[in-house]
Amino acid sequence: MLYIKCPHCGLRPQTEFSYGGDATVKRPELNKEVSDQDWDNFVYLRKSPRGKHLELWQHISGCRQWIKVERDTLTHEIFTTLKANENI
Amino acid sequence: MSENFRLDKGGLINRDKKISFTFNGKKYFGYEGDTLASALLANGVHLVGRSFKYHRPRGFFGAGVDEPYAIVQMNRNNEVDPNVRATEQELFEGLEAKSVNCWPNVDFDIGAINNFLNKFFPAGFYYKTFMWPKSFWYKIYEPIIRKAAGFGSASIKHDKERYEHKYEYCDLLIAGSGPSGLASAYSAAQNGARVILAEDKSRFGGSLLTSEVTIGNQNGKEWAEKIISELKSMPNVVVKNRSQVFGYYDHNMLVMSERVSDHLPKTDKYIPKQRLWYIRAKEVVISSGSIERPLVFGNNDAPGVMLSSAAKEYLKVYGVIVGKKPIIFTNNDSGYETAIEFKKNGIDPIILDTRKEANSEIIKEAKELNINIKFSYVVVAAKGYKKVHSADIAKISDDKKNISNIENIKCDCICVSGFWTPTIHLASQSGNKTKFNEEIDAFIPSQSKQKETTLGAANGVFTLEETLKTSFEKGSELSKQITNKENKVSVPTVIEKKSSNHDKFWCVPLPEGKNYKRFLDFQNDVAVSDIELALREGYRSIEHVKRYTTLGMATDQGRTSNLNGLQLVSDIENKVVPQVGHTTFRPPYSPVSIGAIVGREIGKHSKPTRKSPMHNWHEKNNAVFVDAGVWLRPRYYKKGNENLFEASKREAKNVRQNVGVCDVTTLGKIDIKGPDAAEFLNRVYTNAWLKLPVGKARYGVMLREDGIVMDDGTTTRISENHYHMTTTTAQAANVLSHLEYYLQLVWPELNVNVVSSTEQWAGAAIAGPKSREVLKKLFPDLDVSSDGLPFMGYVEGNLFGVNAKIFRISFSGELAYEVNVESDYGNFMWEKIMEIGEEFNIQPYGTEALSTLRIEMGHVAGSELDGRTIPYDNSLEGLVSKKKDFIGKRSLSKSAYVAEDRQKVVGVVPLDKKTSIPEGSYIVKDAKAKLPNPKLGHVSASCWSVEYDNPFSLAIIKDGKNMIGQKLFAMSPLKNKTIPVEIVSSHYVDPKGERVRS
Ligand SMILES: [Zn+2]
Repeated sequence: MLYIKCPHCGLRPQTEFSYGGDATVKRPELNKEVSDQDWDNFVYLRKSPRGKHLELWQHISGCRQWIKVERDTLTHEIFTTLKANENI
Repeated sequence: MSENFRLDKGGLINRDKKISFTFNGKKYFGYEGDTLASALLANGVHLVGRSFKYHRPRGFFGAGVDEPYAIVQMNRNNEVDPNVRATEQELFEGLEAKSVNCWPNVDFDIGAINNFLNKFFPAGFYYKTFMWPKSFWYKIYEPIIRKAAGFGSASIKHDKERYEHKYEYCDLLIAGSGPSGLASAYSAAQNGARVILAEDKSRFGGSLLTSEVTIGNQNGKEWAEKIISELKSMPNVVVKNRSQVFGYYDHNMLVMSERVSDHLPKTDKYIPKQRLWYIRAKEVVISSGSIERPLVFGNNDAPGVMLSSAAKEYLKVYGVIVGKKPIIFTNNDSGYETAIEFKKNGIDPIILDTRKEANSEIIKEAKELNINIKFSYVVVAAKGYKKVHSADIAKISDDKKNISNIENIKCDCICVSGFWTPTIHLASQSGNKTKFNEEIDAFIPSQSKQKETTLGAANGVFTLEETLKTSFEKGSELSKQITNKENKVSVPTVIEKKSSNHDKFWCVPLPEGKNYKRFLDFQNDVAVSDIELALREGYRSIEHVKRYTTLGMATDQGRTSNLNGLQLVSDIENKVVPQVGHTTFRPPYSPVSIGAIVGREIGKHSKPTRKSPMHNWHEKNNAVFVDAGVWLRPRYYKKGNENLFEASKREAKNVRQNVGVCDVTTLGKIDIKGPDAAEFLNRVYTNAWLKLPVGKARYGVMLREDGIVMDDGTTTRISENHYHMTTTTAQAANVLSHLEYYLQLVWPELNVNVVSSTEQWAGAAIAGPKSREVLKKLFPDLDVSSDGLPFMGYVEGNLFGVNAKIFRISFSGELAYEVNVESDYGNFMWEKIMEIGEEFNIQPYGTEALSTLRIEMGHVAGSELDGRTIPYDNSLEGLVSKKKDFIGKRSLSKSAYVAEDRQKVVGVVPLDKKTSIPEGSYIVKDAKAKLPNPKLGHVSASCWSVEYDNPFSLAIIKDGKNMIGQKLFAMSPLKNKTIPVEIVSSHYVDPKGERVRS
């Protein structure tokens, strides 16, 4: 079980969080023309890297904040955790 | 059999307390403090089971977790417990155990014929033998293997025992209470660290209980006792026996199983049988010691052949001698220690040492005791089927290739010592890349991956002096980093006998013309010849060899077999062991019961049960409940002998004719506040929200980004910047996360806050043509006329002193209101509604009637919004704004979503107006078409229309908009039904929606 440092609450067990996928995906802006390809990339296509991955987690049984977690998908090592508005 | 293998004195057992127990139906006696194994050995019982594959007789090989084959089935307090090691099971009065792996019994085992047919059971025999003919597998091979194999049979009854989970945090978790565990725990505790010290066995002290050493002015055992009692008195230390740390998981999370009551005849009230500890430790000390390695020779699995360390433990801890004519077969000094113990207790052992010569303090002591020592000697083969009665021994050449002078000598046990294997399982599980240590011919931990430190014998350190020194130091160093305190502990002086170097020899060659089975893996019956065969057949990777031969698999995880197996592979391959590498160690280190893993999360405890504030009222009024997510909701209220169908029809009819009331507390509710709330809702929902006035509700549909409908519900503008959103019961949590996602990550510039208010409000839906009359009396001060409170209107009212929110919204399609009060007043509100509604024939209605009402109205719900449908499919396209952008909008222009023949919801009526259509039925054009019959869609929901008194269903079918009026078929292969149907509009009742606006 992972031990995730919520930037708002501190170290908490994984069971308090839910996973939210790749944190680097950017939603296309509202009311802007988006090509089929770009939209499909946004909705469906995700990389599945072996190694470092910046991902979203929500502290669902805690402060309910969405946070960013840089984690090694192979070793589960967590390098850093960030608030939603922070970037690496 | 009389108890004739127990010494008159000695051991740590309580001789004042005699205990009776039965094994294989026969009664024996032992003492308090015995294990089942020690008590059986004291009674001269060596035959405990049959081996896994060949069903060869098997006895005891170890004295604890190292035991590969003395596995029994327990019957404790009317519960069956399979796969129990006799060497770990503590004796209690009335204990009942029996052998496994034998049928009909341990003395006469039909499966033993496998032993004589063993050329048919070579490596990979499962793969080879039982593959052909295929049809034989289920009927013949599999049932026979089932009967013949396995470590006991599990009960199919519900386990009445109680198991618990515990979550714990500490600075240092120390796994193992031998010298390294005690010393590191002690110095860490002195520095104020929060320490958990775990010991697998019932007694603390590990090797100190059996070794002849002096620490300070005490012997090893006394010193261990002193340290333990000091640790127990410290508030920052938790000391646990019968507790095995079996798994090292991510981020320094370790799991330990505590056998709380297994040593007792039955589990006390309020105490669990076993407790699983999830421990998050800042630092972990692995002090798990080492396990003696077997030497490999002919028939080395015969009962009576055992590890020399086990023989010593039986003697020193239990006062039991495992034989009266022992052979000690050793390649190092450890065997001498066992021999000396025998000798001191009046038994004459003979030592066969594989070394040409060796000198040390221990050997000198053995010589002084006149123990018969034969250097350059080996055991070639043990003789005796159910019990060793003699051994063929021989002289071995200096190059260890040839044996000569074979002779047979009488013996009743053979104690083997092939040096020591550090127990590195936990370190390896944590990700430690272990390294091979040439000096001890074994792997030891190297670079730590997590916060783990391995000390003592587990780290390949076999002298007590060095173990204590490094352990005191490490315990102090690790804890100091955490507590910033340092209280120096002085390391006591140690007196121990020095050992000489061990011999790297481990496998006795076969004599000319003999074909003895020489076992490597005792639990899985893997012999030298099996590994040789696997390599001849081309298996190279040690992981493949393991799976092909089953070497090192099953519950014993290769504890005694691993290194000898690796040695053999490297010898044949002309490699060195580190090149071959070892297989991956995986948790659990030894078996953990399913009960302990599950803990208390069984039955009703597997998930929370949520009840509305009106639950007791429902119960008192004969509600039959249904699980709705985690909620319990009334499905119907039973009157007299009514069944579900009759009751729900009555309830639904009463809503259409008079007035009904339904508990809608379970609906998800989200409170939304902020100056940008309207803009946010406008982006979340498919329809327009900017112009919704205060005091008005609106129905909305929200999508996922892929265009699929996520949820629907009404949201009401309570005040300028305050909205009250409702979601479906099932999607409440997902919708909240969804909203938070967009607010926190996508549009953080919007000034909006959302919070779940589901549990703050109790809700009652009052529906039916007479609902306004009820409302008038509930809120006499309010104008609830159609003008005063129009459809989709919202007002706040005073319900006999309680603040209430009143929404004029309808799910039933009738004139309807939803009244919300604070949860604590829910029951008060409900009783008032029932009291006032009586004169209007009000009746409560459950989810079944609720479904009927919405289905015949064509209102889509969860069965249509099933995560696969878009707004169009649900005839909700009218709610999709063309002007503004919103979540998921871009996906709606995908070609599949705008296809001419896109699926759409329709109504379905059976032509005979009688036959109900099973939910999930396929809609097809031709009932007799060749299979697979192309399906147009499926029936999503069915009811008995109370308006028309005939069955009615909703279906989502291809090209639904052009199908109205078509005669098709509903087929349910599961129910074996084919029903001719007509497709009609999904809005079966009041298609213009006049009632809700009345
Ligand atoms: Zn948090």
